[in-house]
Amino acid sequence: MRDLTNEILELIRRTSSSLPPDVEKRLRASIEKEEPGSPARGALETILKNIDLSREKSTPICQDTGTPIFYVHYPVGVSTIKLKEQIRSAMAEATKRSFMRPNAVDAIYDKNTGNNLGGDDFPYVHFEEVEGDDLTIELMLKGGGCENVGRQYSLPDNSVGAGRDLAGVRKVVLDAVQKAQGQGCAPGILGVAIGGDRGSSYIKSKEVLFSEMGTRNEDPQIAELEERLTSEANEMGIGPMGFGGKTTVLDTKIVGLSRLPASYFVSVSYMCWAYRRRKLTVKGEEIIYD
Amino acid sequence: MKQITTPISDDVIRELKVGDAVALSGMMVTGRDTVHKWMIETFIKKTRAPQGDDLQVYEELKKILNGSIIYHCGPVVSGLDTKDYKFVAAGPTTSIREEPYQADVMKHFNIKGVIGKGGMGAKTLKGCEETPAVYFHAIGGAASYIAQTVTKVHGVFKLDFGLPEAIWVIEVKEFPVVVTMDSHGGSQHAVVEASSRKVLEDLLAR
Repeated sequence: MRDLTNEILELIRRTSSSLPPDVEKRLRASIEKEEPGSPARGALETILKNIDLSREKSTPICQDTGTPIFYVHYPVGVSTIKLKEQIRSAMAEATKRSFMRPNAVDAIYDKNTGNNLGGDDFPYVHFEEVEGDDLTIELMLKGGGCENVGRQYSLPDNSVGAGRDLAGVRKVVLDAVQKAQGQGCAPGILGVAIGGDRGSSYIKSKEVLFSEMGTRNEDPQIAELEERLTSEANEMGIGPMGFGGKTTVLDTKIVGLSRLPASYFVSVSYMCWAYRRRKLTVKGEEIIYD
Repeated sequence: MKQITTPISDDVIRELKVGDAVALSGMMVTGRDTVHKWMIETFIKKTRAPQGDDLQVYEELKKILNGSIIYHCGPVVSGLDTKDYKFVAAGPTTSIREEPYQADVMKHFNIKGVIGKGGMGAKTLKGCEETPAVYFHAIGGAASYIAQTVTKVHGVFKLDFGLPEAIWVIEVKEFPVVVTMDSHGGSQHAVVEASSRKVLEDLLAR
């Protein structure tokens, strides 16, 4: 297998500095919904200027370059040990080149490692062996501000009158959006997992954020709930940055998991407007960046 | 858009109201979680004895912060090898984490403005009335754009806190912000929180 360190470095540069077109398109479309001269509209205008500038100068869209979350789908025979080494050395190099901020802090000794390499858990890398010959590496950078406003509910939740059904799911997701206010850098994107245990539920609520904007769940009733949640969240008037306004949530993605009879978790991962995710595909000799 | 340069007088602060768009210029310092905790424990509550260069940094900060601004920001900085520092990306971090400390820090150092994102709570709002000071909201995530307004990095204290947590002394030119908490008890965050809670209650009843 070829060494992919440089290609992964390029993936990191692109992810940190160039917002995916589907996200940018949604942000551009939302400007018209806000009153001219309002702080909400001003915020969106600044956001769009920043998107252009970051792409042009290869500088981070947001200084919080987040938790690097890699999802690797590899064909039979590829060494995940080597791939992980390459990901880690690309990450250290990306930090040196200021594509990434040093973000790995030892939680017990309070020391920043300075190169974005923590223990085995940082950067986070998920490997999955797949059929076929293509290797894909997806990267998501999820900032701390939006991570902090994520929430997990164990249903029933009496505080919002949420029972163990989709009506209850709707209630807790809306509650999470109201509690987040503008602190997750609204307008946000919601990743929601229903079921699982506490750990798998949170992980899936992030994993679902790898899909494109507007991707709907195959189950029509879940697809309808996704649309409804986005629209009802926007009724709350929190607006960009929490300044007040019509654009609070750009999209909602829901995934259902298996749960134990005793448990009914709903996990909400809030993604900020700086929704950084990019993909690298290795097709034989060819390298494709999305 | 109002133009304001640090150091800022109390009169200028008292004139600012929620919703005012402001372009800030002059010297300011970055400070976030570790810095606020360190300031409170070492110099304000004095539950921790000063260590290393603490007292020296404190004397410098007293001069720089008097009438100036603290910016909740953990930047991306280039030139770490050569010490020819340059801000590459420098948007605001979430301010509410400094809520336990902010009012006391503002009063102690006579800080006239706090820049951050997401707003702060009742304790800080009261601190804004008493100091007086205001909360300036920057656009979260607009890091490359804001970094362009940082014209000079004068230096850094406490780099051992880690690059994002260090105290960066910077000069800015026309850094765009919006006043969302003023020195008269006004808070856009309290208003939006209350109105959105009302809508949520209606939605939950549907």
